[in-house]
Amino acid sequence: MTIKQLEQKANAIREDIIRALVKAKSGHSAGPLGMADVFTALYFHILKVDPKRPDWKERDRVVLSNAHICPVLYASLAHRGFCSLLAFKNTLRKFGSPFQGHSNNHFNLGIETCGGPLGQGLSQAIGMALAGRLDQATWQVYALLSDGELDEGQTWEAIMMAGKEKLHNLTAIVDRNNIQIDGFTENIMPLEPLADKWRAFNWHVIEINGHNMREIIDALNEAKTIFEQPTVIIAHTIPGKGVDFMERKFEWHGKPPNEEEAKLALQELKVIGQKLKN
Amino acid sequence: MLLNPKIYLPDVELLPTRNGYGEGLVELGEQDPRIFVLTGDLAESTRAHLFQKKFPERFVECGVAEQNMMGVAAGLGLSGKIAFVSSYGVFSPGRNWDQFRVSVCYSNANVKVAGAHTGISVGPDGATHQALEDIAITRVLPGLTVIVPCDYFETKKATIALGKMIGPAYFRFSREKTPIITTEKTPFKIGQHLVLRQGKDATIAACGPLVYEALIAAEQLAEQKIDVEVINCHTLKPFDEKTLITSVKKTGCCVTVEEHQIIGGLHGAVCETLGQNFPVPVEAIGMPNSFGESGEPQELLKKYGMTTSDVIKAVKKVLKRK
Repeated sequence: MTIKQLEQKANAIREDIIRALVKAKSGHSAGPLGMADVFTALYFHILKVDPKRPDWKERDRVVLSNAHICPVLYASLAHRGFCSLLAFKNTLRKFGSPFQGHSNNHFNLGIETCGGPLGQGLSQAIGMALAGRLDQATWQVYALLSDGELDEGQTWEAIMMAGKEKLHNLTAIVDRNNIQIDGFTENIMPLEPLADKWRAFNWHVIEINGHNMREIIDALNEAKTIFEQPTVIIAHTIPGKGVDFMERKFEWHGKPPNEEEAKLALQELKVIGQKLKN
Repeated sequence: MLLNPKIYLPDVELLPTRNGYGEGLVELGEQDPRIFVLTGDLAESTRAHLFQKKFPERFVECGVAEQNMMGVAAGLGLSGKIAFVSSYGVFSPGRNWDQFRVSVCYSNANVKVAGAHTGISVGPDGATHQALEDIAITRVLPGLTVIVPCDYFETKKATIALGKMIGPAYFRFSREKTPIITTEKTPFKIGQHLVLRQGKDATIAACGPLVYEALIAAEQLAEQKIDVEVINCHTLKPFDEKTLITSVKKTGCCVTVEEHQIIGGLHGAVCETLGQNFPVPVEAIGMPNSFGESGEPQELLKKYGMTTSDVIKAVKKVLKRK
């Protein structure tokens, strides 16, 4: 896909996130919209995956640590052909649906792990990277983390260990959107200087605009060329990206749009989509 | 032969159960290249160092960071490996229970968690290091296998059996040298209790090294014409209800014996089973809703009521309640 096509895909994924959330009547809006560009770059440009064989041995592994943003994972998997887009939009968080409130690995949809309680994903990803390294496998491990979850001590245990093990087949991506449930990260529990912290733990650090498709792809490709360290991509994103009334508002961390809000959101995204076409 | 021929003799051999873990790991490592062993700065005292020496490329030193260690094990288990997590029971699954629950159990990762230094007999280290709640907090996790081996041989067999079983498990050891109860040839099957001594008057359901106290109590009670059946309940989950119920239908009463809080451990499993299937009087030997303290193992077992004479008293009490 071209950069322009990827941008259009990200916008379509945002639209489907809104459609699913309004039907679900619960769930998280800001994070999934904010990470749509990164997920699009991963699933439509970077990842070695096969929708027909979700458990293909040579696949790249994606570990979603902040599993509450799973609508963007589900939408990306659906657009990539791993599962039914219609089922995602109609059954997110519903009884009997594989699209659980927090993503899990029970349904052979190409989801590697169970998440929910924050701070666990990077450790899981390290285990996978160690297994891949021993087997001299070529697949990569991508751990997706939120900035708020870096409050968890386990994350820093994991950051320390990946640095020790020099896991070059591991790339962490931090959604640096500056919000968490109770407010702005720097008020709740300051993280800055965030890049310096990762560097001090012996990681290769790349900071990018998480909505610039070219920057996202360049960073993910750069990560593959670093052989002495694990790489972290700190992706600066706007929570609620694409929907004006949600952008940068921590109040939208953990709630879905109602019918009226969803209509407005979809109108905005439609306009963006048309602009991207021209 | 089920029992060590020297079981009732004063010079019965002693060995720490954890030695069986370390040796079992080495045997597994030789048989199966998928075996990984992790530790959190406790390689030697968990005996994981035996594996480390032979298979350094499959040994993962995680430092004093048990939460991360459990997650790393989950990642290995989800990548076709079999990961053994070696630490003390108070730290793992004590410190990292959430990671055990979500990253391992809910994700169904092939991870075996080994809790060393469990029970009051950890001794001088004191209450913080005496795992007395680990069975309760693991037994509640859906789909988890929980094993409490009684001696060195059974620990070795459990280690090897768990390496061959697919799915998450927890098993625990003690620190001290404890009597060799079984033999190399005693059968061991996950989920199947072993009746070590037949009797008709009372059932003792025991697990861990205290199975020895149960057997000695039964031997002494036999001199008083009280005929006690002793069951080694090494698998706490899935719990072998059939063997227990069959025994209790014959004896009509039961005493549980364990080095764990009375709440939630073997006593819990026995009472859940009997309450739902065949209610009879049950007495409990175990930690009576208390934290431990420093002391020599025998002093502590005496203070908290887990010696042979306590078992004898409990049997006599439960017989009166029939």
